[in-house]
Amino acid sequence: MTLDATSLQVVKASDARLKRTDRSRLASFGLHATLIIASFIAVFPVFWVLVTSFKPDARAVETTPKLVNESSLDNYSRILAGDKGGFLTWFGNSVLIALLTTIIAVFLAATTGYAVSRFRFPGKRGLMMSFLVVQMFPFAVLIVPLYNVLLTLGLQGNSFGLVLVYCTTAVPFCTYMLKGYFDTIPMDIDEAGRVDGLSPFGVFWRLVLPLARPGLAVTAFYAFLTAWGEVAFASAFLSAADESKTLAVGLQVFVQQNRTEWGHLAAASILVSIPAVIVFYLVQRFLVTGLASGAVKG
Amino acid sequence: MRRFLDRYWYAYAMVLPVVVVIAVLVLYPLAQGVYFTFTNINEANIANPVLDRPATFDVVGFKNYLNVLSGDQSYGAFWGTLVRTLIWTFSCVFFHYTIGLGLALLLNRQVRGRTLYRVLLILPWAVPGFISAFAWKYMFNAQYGIINQFLRSIGLPDPVWLGQSNWALVAVIIVNVWLGVPFQMVALLGGLQSIPGDLYEAAEVDGATPWQRFVHVTLPGLRSVSSTVILLGIIWTFNMFPVIYLIADKNPNTRILVTYAFERFFSGASRDYAVASTYGVLILSLLLVFASVYRRALRKQGEVW
Repeated sequence: MTLDATSLQVVKASDARLKRTDRSRLASFGLHATLIIASFIAVFPVFWVLVTSFKPDARAVETTPKLVNESSLDNYSRILAGDKGGFLTWFGNSVLIALLTTIIAVFLAATTGYAVSRFRFPGKRGLMMSFLVVQMFPFAVLIVPLYNVLLTLGLQGNSFGLVLVYCTTAVPFCTYMLKGYFDTIPMDIDEAGRVDGLSPFGVFWRLVLPLARPGLAVTAFYAFLTAWGEVAFASAFLSAADESKTLAVGLQVFVQQNRTEWGHLAAASILVSIPAVIVFYLVQRFLVTGLASGAVKG
Repeated sequence: MRRFLDRYWYAYAMVLPVVVVIAVLVLYPLAQGVYFTFTNINEANIANPVLDRPATFDVVGFKNYLNVLSGDQSYGAFWGTLVRTLIWTFSCVFFHYTIGLGLALLLNRQVRGRTLYRVLLILPWAVPGFISAFAWKYMFNAQYGIINQFLRSIGLPDPVWLGQSNWALVAVIIVNVWLGVPFQMVALLGGLQSIPGDLYEAAEVDGATPWQRFVHVTLPGLRSVSSTVILLGIIWTFNMFPVIYLIADKNPNTRILVTYAFERFFSGASRDYAVASTYGVLILSLLLVFASVYRRALRKQGEVW
């Protein structure tokens, strides 16, 4: 909808201007100026890291920063070649962990959100309340008991254990959001499905989930980001061996050991951000509708 | 019992996985964490399965709580830290909400390039937190940071942002505002789009000024979104640890309750799990009290959730 409207305006700019006679030139200027400044502030830090990532370390700390200063792709090639730790191995670990977290968290949140949205059952209110309370405790303080639990389950030092821990942080919010989204899908659809002989699970899987795609996209985005950038749990629950580290942990070590290598750090940061930005770009058109209905219905 | 199961089994089957995972990985550790607050457990006396060493910590009753609540410096100066946490939380959430609402209102208009603006404005949300922290730390550097470079060029004083002063707190608040605005903006934009257009038309027919339309149509229409995102914002900001920890490190000027819990937890060899857990339980209690007061206030205004 919005995309069509804007592209139309670009093509037929004169028509669009005629239609918007109710807004004065000054107001229009103010509107665009504010949005441009806000966008600039939003993008600048990322842009600045990008600029820095091409500079040699020594040039990155000059007191009069310039946009281009002996810039080259050297930082990138050195990082990808593994001069600064097993970057590609860390990258693979992070992708695996983040994808597993996304799939499991979205699946768990979807089933739970659907049950809470459609069925009345004893304990429902308690369940929803506990999801809110779960977000109130600083969980990293529980690393010690969690460590023991994972040890008992045989998952300590295992990426699947870490995935489960991430799910506990992502699922409560995702469930809230998806419940809200499911609430906006009319019950008639479920009933029609039941009349046609589908089981409650069939209705959920075949009818409701496909309709809830925007909500699922936002949830997936949230779960992915939760796992992609997390440091504390990852450094506690993965074995110390270099080949099992995630990017966030590996870079943390990198920062501590090389406090001055800003150029390399910037290049590594850009490489880390790329998958997150790709995921973001894929889901961004769903974000507004998906998140909104979740928050509206809370 | 049979009838009970017949009626609810599919609902329970669908929530069961989450309940099991949360019970094993949240409630059980949480119970153990609460138990830790009554002991003197730390790295030296905890059971160590790797070294095959049994636990030797003792139960000390309410000693941890008394130590922490006395506000003693060596236990993180609880009351001062609490005040700083409140300043941090409320200033962050205030700016998140107001800037988020302002931008959402602008994006909700017919404006050319809206899709592009929206993508750019949400970008901070998509960048992993530790990368943003690194970017801002670099930009805030007193000597070679671009921010001070800019301030000098327009003739303003250039503070040492991340030094031992309250500028450090200002700096981390700026970063967190930058990080948190996109979420609020997106949620509020969705809320704005769900307000029926007829309401605005009716208001216009009745001769309402833009400001009156905002106060009497927009704000009430956003009530339920706002109450949810503000509550979530407060809870998340109160416990927002990576931003402060990664940017300002262990600077006492940016210390909030949750970062102090981490400091105790991770500091050196003596990792004080007991005090860290005590802080965790105190944070949870404060947020629980706050959430129930908040809910009651909303319910008084006729809001139910």
